Amino acid sequence: MPRSPQATLCVVALALSAGVANAESGIDPQDFKQIERGSYLTIVGDCAACHTLPGSGHAYAGGRAIETPFGEILAPNITPDPLTGIGAWTDQEFIDAMTKGTGRNGTHLYPAMPYTYYTKVTREDALAIRAYLNTVSAVRNPVTADQLPFPLNIRASMIVWNELFFAPGEFRPRTDKSEEWNRGAYLAEGLGHCGLCHTPKNFLGGDKTSERLQGYALQGWFAADITNDRRRGLGDWPVDEIAAYLKIGHGRNTFGTGLMAETISQSTSNMTDADLKAIATYLKDPAGQNANETQNQSKAASDQVDMKIGAKIYMDECSGCHGADGKGSADLFPALDGSAIVQQTDATSLMHVTLRGARSVATDKMPTGSAMPQFGWLLTDDQVAAVLTYIRNSWGNAAPSVGAAEVGKARHAFVERGD
Amino acid sequence: MARRLPRKDAVIIGLGWTGSILAHTLCDAGLDVVAIERGPWRDTATDFPISYAQDELRYRLQHELFLRPAQMSVTFRNSANQTALPVRNWGAFMLGNGVGGGGVHWNAETFRFLPTDFIARSHLTQRYGEKFLPEDMTIQDWGVTYDDLEPHYDQFEHLCGTSGTAGNLQGKIQDGGNPFEGARSRPYPTPAQKQGYGHTLFAEAAKQLGYKPYPQPSGNLSKSYTNPLGVTLGQCTFCGFCEWFGCANYSKATPQTTILPVLLRNPNFETRTECEVMRINLDNTGKRATGVTYVNSSGEEFEQPADLVLLCAFQLFNVQLLLLSGIGTPYDPQTGKGQIGRNFTHQTVSTAVGFFDKDKYNFNPFIASGSIGFCIDEFNGDNFDHSQLGFVGGGYIGQVRTNGRPLESMAVPPGTPAWGAKWKQALRDNYLSSVICGAACHASFYSYRDVYLDLDPTYKDRFGRPLLRMTIDFHDNELKMSAFLTDKYAEILQQMGAKQVVKQPRKGPYDVTDYQTSHLCGGAIMGDNPGNSALNRYLQSWDVPNLFVQGASAYPQNAGYNPTGTVGALAFWSAKAIRSQYLKNPGPLVHA
Repeated sequence: MPRSPQATLCVVALALSAGVANAESGIDPQDFKQIERGSYLTIVGDCAACHTLPGSGHAYAGGRAIETPFGEILAPNITPDPLTGIGAWTDQEFIDAMTKGTGRNGTHLYPAMPYTYYTKVTREDALAIRAYLNTVSAVRNPVTADQLPFPLNIRASMIVWNELFFAPGEFRPRTDKSEEWNRGAYLAEGLGHCGLCHTPKNFLGGDKTSERLQGYALQGWFAADITNDRRRGLGDWPVDEIAAYLKIGHGRNTFGTGLMAETISQSTSNMTDADLKAIATYLKDPAGQNANETQNQSKAASDQVDMKIGAKIYMDECSGCHGADGKGSADLFPALDGSAIVQQTDATSLMHVTLRGARSVATDKMPTGSAMPQFGWLLTDDQVAAVLTYIRNSWGNAAPSVGAAEVGKARHAFVERGD
Repeated sequence: MARRLPRKDAVIIGLGWTGSILAHTLCDAGLDVVAIERGPWRDTATDFPISYAQDELRYRLQHELFLRPAQMSVTFRNSANQTALPVRNWGAFMLGNGVGGGGVHWNAETFRFLPTDFIARSHLTQRYGEKFLPEDMTIQDWGVTYDDLEPHYDQFEHLCGTSGTAGNLQGKIQDGGNPFEGARSRPYPTPAQKQGYGHTLFAEAAKQLGYKPYPQPSGNLSKSYTNPLGVTLGQCTFCGFCEWFGCANYSKATPQTTILPVLLRNPNFETRTECEVMRINLDNTGKRATGVTYVNSSGEEFEQPADLVLLCAFQLFNVQLLLLSGIGTPYDPQTGKGQIGRNFTHQTVSTAVGFFDKDKYNFNPFIASGSIGFCIDEFNGDNFDHSQLGFVGGGYIGQVRTNGRPLESMAVPPGTPAWGAKWKQALRDNYLSSVICGAACHASFYSYRDVYLDLDPTYKDRFGRPLLRMTIDFHDNELKMSAFLTDKYAEILQQMGAKQVVKQPRKGPYDVTDYQTSHLCGGAIMGDNPGNSALNRYLQSWDVPNLFVQGASAYPQNAGYNPTGTVGALAFWSAKAIRSQYLKNPGPLVHA
């Protein structure tokens, strides 16, 4: 059978990289267990979220635009194609890219690639991921990642950035914590890269480490506070409920939607129950987190006009599903009373859901995928502000009121986003 | 020239209740299935969101969810000596369109037929003698029994989460349920819905008259419910916008709220919407279907080959596609020979309006659901002695008022001017204190030699295919029955305390502009041999064994109840036979 030069080249490249790996670590990259483990770890890391263009039919062939506050970056091709993918990379080059943010030939990656988190990944796990990626179909798909404007298009600027915001180094288990806690910390701080969305960023896009996991607005949503805070965070969620939420996409008063829906459907719903419980155990550990800090949040005054208008709109438009008492309906309509999502400091997600509608994530265990219709065409900025202020300050809820100007700005932003 | 597509294991024509149930069963069995749907995709939050689902003008009067007659219609006449004309605006029945089909816009009354309904001819002739039935009445036994279908009624009810009170649990009669129903293996999955004041008053009056009222079994749920597939439905909010409307808050059992979310996750399943099937293709023997030919919205024609063809369209269009595809022998009313188009039936619906003293009664009629209310079954089927009555058949009678919608649900006493200040005053006086039920007497329509479907010789659709022609009229048997039932209902309204009751029994001739129900039945009926039916007891075509025809087109005659519960049960029954018998050994499941 005649063989194309490309295919031959590809096979040679694979053989080369396999040989290097053997020499370095003694791990057989073609071992079934190694590939299986790597496959699972790419799910934990949700590599496909960026590196697979939805609908392309080509897993890990890149090309998906990653939205950053500074512009778009196209995710590169990480299939084993030697010319346009990473087939010709050595294992060390792969590990360096993943954990140090350095590309081949000493270039620097942008932290849209979460090397700031993946730095905690062990060498063994990184090699397993590599072993798995070596087995996916090689796709010839050249991707020009750099789409950023000057001066950010100068990758060397990342040297300075890394100095400021990047703390390299593999995860170090804490001896004073349980094995489960350490597993959870390893996953959440490392491959799972929760903080990439959930930790507030400074003006250069670096994590505000003092406000770790307290929530951050991105891509038209607000990634919620997932500290142990009782009002806005996970404080009132038992460990099992957090694990179940990550598995099935639905909790008592929070249904996965927006960016988290994608994360649940592609990543967490496919993780093991033990790993999910470990992550939940870690997130529930109050040490160093702002427990109870917001318990004393005062309610917006209920005699305000907004609250009265809001109550009327709520009864007309919302109570049919969410209930007059804000208790919702299990697995179908989230409860608003006591909802952390409703009481976030930043109302971006609430405005998004109200103006544009949203669909809750469907999973094998909970396939319904109930959806909220859009109300942007029906309610004015004033009315949206009123009803959101109402739900944020009714029943047991308390959160800052929402202003019409804020809604107007969000409405405009959502129109521009078009998604 | 049609483009030939890669073969599929099964092609489904129409993605409503039966298409969804069959698709789910077959995908679950590992088959590669494609559903071809004439109408659009339909989804709760985008197509009938809570922010405008209750728009009576949009959905009720302008027919948003229904087939446009310009796309496909039927012609109508009362008798063979008339010239049929095309229906240009739906009236007597509504034809759903799009994914979910009639399952989107139904009221969700979820009945089981009576055990004797399935053996109508043998039961009635045994009880009353051979000569008792009118000479031209062509009712027959179904070839399937209540006991055959019981597990599948149960399956459909548990898919839907049906709310009701059992009347017969494993042979033991239960208080509060329908004592005439067939034995059910277990209770309804959810308790009966709460009832309004008018409904409750009817039940009290019915009891005083010696009847045994039971709550109408409802697919609008009394409480939130997660079905065996893991799909969750919500609790009905009694908004009163069910029939003709989509449910905005996931509380009406529809394919969308019960089965499609799971089906769509199955990689074996594919659906193509806005695609109209032109015909079922046969091989040169004429005994084997090779697939279907369909046209998409751009007018491109495709051939979809498949090993198994499942005809799951609405009753009329099942019959039309069989005739257009040359499957089976068209019915000839002169000779009584031929099966396709035979035993076409509808429903016999009548009512009475009760006007009550406005100072004493406030029914708040807008608090309602599509299948709320109390019914009695004393005059349904053969639950009562017909020997002195001069008719057979019957129906349930109920205060089943489904709405107080402002454009549709208004009644004024006879003698009120039709417009102007006096009309407005009469409306104001009676809106809250009248009982208006469109289908208070919901009764059978038995089959006759001269009520049938065939292809119209004159009128064609946009592709040049003949429209289906309906030849239908009421017979004395049904009109007598309607008068009888309407009198019984009026008596109960009197007992409730109505100061005036206006009876509206069904009168002939059959009027295609006057809404009754969308319960058209027959035309491709099931039976025990090819000489009396188009399909065998598993809904398999006698003529083309790799074709199964689902839905109410299989009913040899229509019973007193709403037909959808039986449509669902038959779909599960047929799906089971396909999965457990046909797939192992493709060929006729019943040897003639």
